[in-house]
Amino acid sequence: MSVTVRIPAQLRTLTGGASEVTVEGSTVGEALKALDAAHAGFAERLFDDAGALRRFVNVFLADEDVRFLGGLDTPVADGQTLSIVPAVAGG
Amino acid sequence: MDFVSGLRCRECGRAYPAEALHVCDYCFGPLEVTYDYEAIAASISRDTIARGPRSIWRYADLLPVADAAPVDLGAGFTPLVRADRLAAELGLGELWIKDDTANPTGSFKDRVVSVALTKARQLGFKVAACASTGNLANSVAAHAARAGMDSVVLIPADLERAKITMTAVYGGKVVAVEGTYDDVNRLCAELTSERPSWAFVNVNVRTYYAEGSKTLAFEIAEQLDWTAPDHVVVPIGSGSQLTKVAKGFEELAKVGLLDRAPSVRISGAQAEGCAPVATAFAEGTDAIRPVKPDTIAKSLAIGNPADGWYALDAIRSSGGSCAAATDGEIIEAIGLLARTEGIFAETAGGVTIATLAKLAAQGVIRSDERVVAIVTGHGLKTVEALAGTVGPTATIASTLDAFDEAIGTGDPFDTGGPTAATTADQATRSNA
Repeated sequence: MSVTVRIPAQLRTLTGGASEVTVEGSTVGEALKALDAAHAGFAERLFDDAGALRRFVNVFLADEDVRFLGGLDTPVADGQTLSIVPAVAGG
Repeated sequence: MDFVSGLRCRECGRAYPAEALHVCDYCFGPLEVTYDYEAIAASISRDTIARGPRSIWRYADLLPVADAAPVDLGAGFTPLVRADRLAAELGLGELWIKDDTANPTGSFKDRVVSVALTKARQLGFKVAACASTGNLANSVAAHAARAGMDSVVLIPADLERAKITMTAVYGGKVVAVEGTYDDVNRLCAELTSERPSWAFVNVNVRTYYAEGSKTLAFEIAEQLDWTAPDHVVVPIGSGSQLTKVAKGFEELAKVGLLDRAPSVRISGAQAEGCAPVATAFAEGTDAIRPVKPDTIAKSLAIGNPADGWYALDAIRSSGGSCAAATDGEIIEAIGLLARTEGIFAETAGGVTIATLAKLAAQGVIRSDERVVAIVTGHGLKTVEALAGTVGPTATIASTLDAFDEAIGTGDPFDTGGPTAATTADQATRSNA
């Protein structure tokens, strides 16, 4: 599956400034691992030591928080968009 | 001159300069303003504060921005009202209401926005923006107008009418988003990356913005003759306000404005239809699970609270508690506060008072404590919530007979006193 990942400003140093990156993967977790393989540094920013998403990292699949879906195991369909968004905002 | 020494990540401790940054580039943890407290202690005193303006800016030394002419509509220094009649209803002793309905746009948000836009202007921003559940929208639009800045405010499309009108009237852009506040917030967090020249007060300027809520603690202590209360009840939306109220009391002690170190229990209030923090507290866990909000308390309807962990930590470490109120309890509490103390609160205030009542009934909030409940917004903003619950006692023709028929001919209040002569008057009238 080909997935578009939207990159927040804070992490664009890892992508040479690109705001979107296309990767392959059949789940959210696979897509994010592919992102790290293409642009080293994402995994340590996004995941804690146990391999879970850090608590201040939100990931949205087609604008839905993946924590309301199946988390990192959520399947992704071809052409869907993943957004990485810092959790600290609002209120 | 401000006393800011920089920004620091609350999670990993990395240091950053005092710029428009809100999250750590490394771990995405929230950035926090750090101060030179020794220099503040040397500059500030109860006298310098007493000589300051009757607004949040009397505490400028403890705020993250100094400006001879801040973006200011007069936020803060709101009444702290002794609430004996409400205390009696709830079986409490010394109870005070921090009445933040009295702010310029009717909510505590004026505190944080005045700070945020003053800092944003210094940083060179020309556009003020935010994601809002309503109160923040009102305040950002008003303060931007005052400062001559453009504003772009994003709100959930289903907000109360008054909150939409009270935002749009100031002439900025108001964008109603189909979705929940969490959808609006996610959109704004993404927009912040795409529109870096805009000051999103609760995103890229959030580090400074949040500090404005400390002034609630500063004022409460000053209004209690520079003592801290025993227990404060604070509503939780994002959790930022509660966290900063706790920080405010600590800072007062740190810079020598309190005679003894405060020991303030902080309790949180949520709506049952959006209670991720209260649920985590009840379950004894650190894991705050996001929820899809369903409550009349729209100003607190944040299902994924950014500062939830820190609020939970402040509650637990202070020996406080956290509980949630149903929609029915919220409406009842709005009426109770109005009937007993003459203060008309919006639904978030109903959440605070309902939770206060609940914790008092459980014995968590004790009658030997000096208690302050923070009422954060004005009831006129959310009149829809009371639809069908209050209205005219009677609708009558403009005649004395119609009045007597509707209200009765005796003294309906049975109070005696100066009105005792009315019985004879009524007798005369009915004989006529």
